[in-house]
This record gives sequence, C-alpha cells and structure tokens, in this order.
Amino acid sequence: MTPAPDAACNVALFVTCLVDLFRPSVGMAAVRLLEESGCTVHVPTAQTCCGQPAFNSGDRATARELGLQVLETFETFDHVVAPSGSCAGMLRKHLPELFEDDPALQVRARALAARCHELVSFLVDIRGIEGIDRGEENKLNLTLTYHDSCAGLREMGVKEQPRKLLLSCGADLVEMNEAETCCGFGGTFCVKYPDISLKMVDDKLRNVEATGAPLLVAGDMGCLMNMAGRLSRLGSDVEVRHVAELLAGELAEPPIGRKKG
Amino acid sequence: MQPSSLAFKDRARAAMADPQLQHSLDLLKHGWQAGRTRAAAALPEFEALRDEGRNIKDHVLGHLDLYLEAFEARVVEAGGHVHWARDAAEARRITLDICRDVGARSVTKSKSMIAEEIGLNEFLEVNGIDRVETDLGEYIIQLANEPPSHIIGPAIHKTIAEISELFQKNHGGERITEPAALVAEARRVMRQRYLDADVGITGANFLVAETGSIVTVTNEGNAELTHGLPRTHIAIASIEKIVPRLLDAFTLLRLLARSATGQDFSAYTTLLTGPKRPDDRDGPENFHVVLVDNGRSAMLGTALQEMLRCIRCGACMNHCPVYLATGGHAYGWVYPGPMGSVLTPGFIGIEKAHLLPNASTFCGKCEEVCPVRIPLPKLMRHWREVQFDQKLTPTTARWGLGLWAAMARRPALYRFATGTAIRLLGLWAGRRGAFARLPLAGGWTGGRDLPAPQGRTFMAQWTRRKNR
Ligand code: SF4
Repeated sequence: MTPAPDAACNVALFVTCLVDLFRPSVGMAAVRLLEESGCTVHVPTAQTCCGQPAFNSGDRATARELGLQVLETFETFDHVVAPSGSCAGMLRKHLPELFEDDPALQVRARALAARCHELVSFLVDIRGIEGIDRGEENKLNLTLTYHDSCAGLREMGVKEQPRKLLLSCGADLVEMNEAETCCGFGGTFCVKYPDISLKMVDDKLRNVEATGAPLLVAGDMGCLMNMAGRLSRLGSDVEVRHVAELLAGELAEPPIGRKKG
Repeated sequence: MQPSSLAFKDRARAAMADPQLQHSLDLLKHGWQAGRTRAAAALPEFEALRDEGRNIKDHVLGHLDLYLEAFEARVVEAGGHVHWARDAAEARRITLDICRDVGARSVTKSKSMIAEEIGLNEFLEVNGIDRVETDLGEYIIQLANEPPSHIIGPAIHKTIAEISELFQKNHGGERITEPAALVAEARRVMRQRYLDADVGITGANFLVAETGSIVTVTNEGNAELTHGLPRTHIAIASIEKIVPRLLDAFTLLRLLARSATGQDFSAYTTLLTGPKRPDDRDGPENFHVVLVDNGRSAMLGTALQEMLRCIRCGACMNHCPVYLATGGHAYGWVYPGPMGSVLTPGFIGIEKAHLLPNASTFCGKCEEVCPVRIPLPKLMRHWREVQFDQKLTPTTARWGLGLWAAMARRPALYRFATGTAIRLLGLWAGRRGAFARLPLAGGWTGGRDLPAPQGRTFMAQWTRRKNR
C-alpha cells in the first residue's frame, strides 16, 4: 500500500457498537489499514453509538441527544471513518436531519457529515489506494463471494471499492446472484419480524451457497452476524468475515461464529 | 374493505408457508423486476427523467388548487361535469347518484385503485348496481371475492389452476386450463357485458389541466371499451393525479410503464377529453370526473407530502424483499408494499397500521427504484416517530431502548458496563464460537446462532495498547 501524498491526516475511528463488543479484530484491522494509508488514527473514548437504533425506532429525541454527542466528540478531526456502511450512512445522511430545528447545530452537523466515511470507500476514494500488496507469501489465496450491505451500497456508494482491493490482495471473487438484495438483518427488524427476516436470510444464503465459494465477505457487522448466525444454525461450512480483516491480512481470529483454536 | 393490518405477522407467516404464492412472487422478481432493470438500463436519460418526474409532481403539489380549477374549467368547456368529493363516502355517493340519474342497472369498470380505496365496489353492489370488472386480473379477483394483492397486477397471487377453477364455477362448461383459452373465455363473457353496460367507470392515471383530458393506461384495452361504449362515463381520480401540461403527462408516462413492467410504453394509452362531440363516431354522451380528496389535502405541507408524487407504478413492491416474501394480502388493506406502508396508516390510523411502517429493514431498494424518487424509508420512519410519540411502541421495546440510550449517553458508564458484560459473555462462550440459546435473545436465537464475542471490547484492547 502506498500512502497518499498528504500524509498528515487525522482520522477518528468510529468503532461502531458491534465491532467494539463482538469483533474488535475488525477495529484493529481498520486501524492498520488507515495507518498504512498514511493517516494518524485516533479513537475518541467518548464515543458510544451513532444513535441509529433510536432514530429508526422513531425515538428522535434520543437520536438527537446521541447525535449531539457524536458531533461534540468527532468535530475536530479531518475525517471520521467507520468499518460499517450502516453507521457511516447514519452519520453522513441522517445526522444533519436531527438538527432541523437548530440552524447553528445543523451547519456543524452538515460539516461533520460530509467528512464521515465508510472504511473501504475511504481508502479507495479519499486516500487513493489502488491496491494492497503484502508480498507473495501473504497473498489471499482464497475464493470468496461479496455481499453488498444495503446502507453501504445505497447511502455510501460502496460497490467496486472492496472488490478492487480484495482482488488486489489475490482473492478470487465469485459474484452471487442478487448480491445487492438485503440479508434481512435490518437492526431491530430481525427480532421484530423474525419469520420474514429468516426467509430473507435464507434466500440470501441460497445465493451464497450456489457460488460454491467457501468464504462470504461483507463490510457490516450486523449483516455478517445475521448471515454467520444463520449459517452456523444450518450447519453450513461457509465461513464469514469482515472485509477489513482480509484486507489487513489479519486472519488469526477464527471466522465469525466459529470455534476458537 | 375492512382493514386487517394488525394481522400482518400472522398473514405473512401463512403467506410464506404457501408454496403457490411463493412461486407467483418469484415470477414477479424475474418478470417485472428484471424488466424494470432492463428498461432503465436501455434508456440513457432515465435518471434525468426521474428528476423531471419528481420536479413536475413537486410543482403540481405546490399549486394544486390552481391546476385543479383549470382542469375543471376545461372539462366543463368540453361539455363534461366535474364533481368534488371530500372523502370516500362523498365519492361513493356521487358515483351512485350519477348511476341512478341515468337509470343504470349494469356497470363496467376498469381497474382503479381509488375505487378500491373508497370502497366503491361493495357499495355499488349493496345498492343494486350490477358491476363487472374488465381488467382480467381484477375480474379474476372479483370472481374470487378477494381484494387486489398488487396495485398493477391485482391477481398475481392466483395460479392458473385456481383461475381455471373459478372460471368453470362461474361460467359453467368445460374446464379450461390453457392460459390463452382462459383469456378467450374471459373475452367472450365480457363482450356482452360491455355492450349491455349503461355506465362505464374508470380511474385515471393522469388529469391534464391544460386540456381537461384524462389519461388511461392499460395493457388490455379494457379501459377504452369501458369509457367508449356505454352512454355514460365516470372517471374517478384522486386530486394529486393532476399535471399541468400534456407534455408533463408524457414525461411521466415514459417513466410509468418502464418502472412498472419494463415496457417502453403500455399497450394502450388513451387521452380522453369531454363527451362525444356531434361528429365523433363513438364515445360517451355524458362525461363525469369525480375528484377525490380523501385525506390528500391534509397531507400537503406535512412530512407526507412527498408521498403524493406517487404514480402507482408498483416498482417499490416489485423490488421489496418484504413484499416479495409476504405478498400483498398480508398488508391488510388496499395498498401493499412500501407505498402501502406509508399510505395505509394515514387512511386507517397508525394504531391500526403500525406494523406496516415497521416491517422494513430500510434497505432502501424501494427508494432506489421509485420513478419519482419518493424517500419511502424516510416516510416509514416518520410513521415510526408518530407511533413512538403516541406511545404505541410496545413497552418492552421502549424500555429496552430507554435503558440502552441511558447508557449510551454516558460513555464512561457505557464502557464499564459493556466491557464487563462482554467479558462475562466471552467467558461463558469459552471455546464455543456461537450461542444457540441466550436469555433475553430469543428473538435472535429463534432462527440463528449468536456469534460469541472475541473476549474483550475493542475499547478495552485499545486503551491497553495506548498505555503500553
Ligand atoms: S411509491 Fe414510487 S415506486 Fe411505489 S408505486 Fe408509487 S411511484 Fe411507484
């Protein structure tokens, strides 16, 4: 990876709840990728959640309070990067909506929102990374299929960037049918409408398994936990990983939902 | 139609267990959904056209009174009549009165969603007016006595076998199973009804203020025979169907069929202005337009105004993974899919419809394909806010959300509590990679395992790394 020319770039990592709690290795991978791209990475400790669960549950007051917390915590950085299209989408697209009642706050929210990014698209589109080369011995000699998480795809324009970088690492990509169709996670949707959610994830996994790829990759922990959890329940051999782990070459941890050691 | 949207979950479950329905919904995916993808890709200016469509509608919604009055004036000039209906009851009453004035006994009707919305069908029936639906799909569900399950394909849930049975039961004779023969049979039955009808009732896809014309779009030509043959034609349209100029109608028509089925244009598009003139060969002698408000003017100037851009193409449902899993009947009222989840709470009340705007992952596919760029997820979220504000959100969900929010607002407490919980969960998991069951997580673990946490939170690890 060749660092972009403007090396002094202060990036705050928005860890996201699910990475923080369930899969810290994704956060570590994100830090490594950002540092390799020439950024100085900060992890503000005042961060908790982007407020999306409240926002999507109709609890605007709570969403606004958490939005304000995000604003105050992250405003001073050049960029805010999240290893999730969904949380990045919340910050980029919806944060300003929370302050429609307060012009001054809205100006600040807009300014911050414009600097919030999803990790992989940030590396490619903002840092200008064309490919990742970790030497012949570290090539990803594996076949995978990639699921386009909804918010990443539709709110953040993440589509070709992860594919491009994964291919540059030596991975073989087999596209599944309907890669852009929702996996049925949808935050609280999956527990409020479990039957519909299961039908959706099963449709998704049928398309995954039809590719014959032994590895399923995506850029959002919510979707990944949903798909990995269902694969595990069905006793499938398909493994599941976050794209950041593969790009950072950090594969020491077992795949999502798999036994340790 | 009695709304039953509160039964959404049960009906969805039943729908997903119905292999024939699932097969029909799969066909939708490969038919209309794929058609729309092809059509959009084949027209270089498609995205620009969507912007134009949105702009036309936004402009109209800002000047609705002006254009509606202009339309009325043109219709009257052409010799027609315009009736204004505040709500469903008024619209039904006006329509029935026109039928009675001309002594109508038999009515043909071409498919109209507004007629479903105002409950016109049952109303005419109980008032002794014999009605036949002329759109094939609508005719099928009329025979089956069912509501439509899709706004442009009302009978897409029906299999050939079911239709064949319905036809035999209602028409008598041999059992027919060939689709082409079934269509021929429907034609044969309908032909006499067209000739007998005293009144033809249609909807309208667009109303043109500039000319006082109505525009109808079908693939079967049934609207033409419905408004052309009887002596009296009644067009029922909701007020947001108005466009300023003929040109605007054509801009929207270029979007409509492409978004709906992937056709460049529907097979029949008719522009109709006023009743038959002395030197016209055919056409109705009496021409009535019933303009229906039914809650629409109340949406103006609110968060829901954008919904009034809808041109009823059905693309949002053709592409919705929830609709494609459950079909239209699960939604429990006239309008299904994402557009229905936005419209229905407004018509029947959020307390009777709150399950609908919640039945979305907010995947955003509907907004991606909507020809007039209606932000459907945002509007569904609006209803969730109304639901939350009215304290209609289930208590457990409110409590859970409240507890989580109380922690998320206090980073130090949040860090401590989550750090501890995750360590415990990690210890409990041991070498297991996932939990098959977990207290309080039944919603999740009912169908999937819960991947176990790696052991320590990212924040705990990061702090250690920094302090080293
Ligand atoms: S909301 Fe948009 S996509 Fe859905 S029916 Fe209306 S115009 Fe078509």
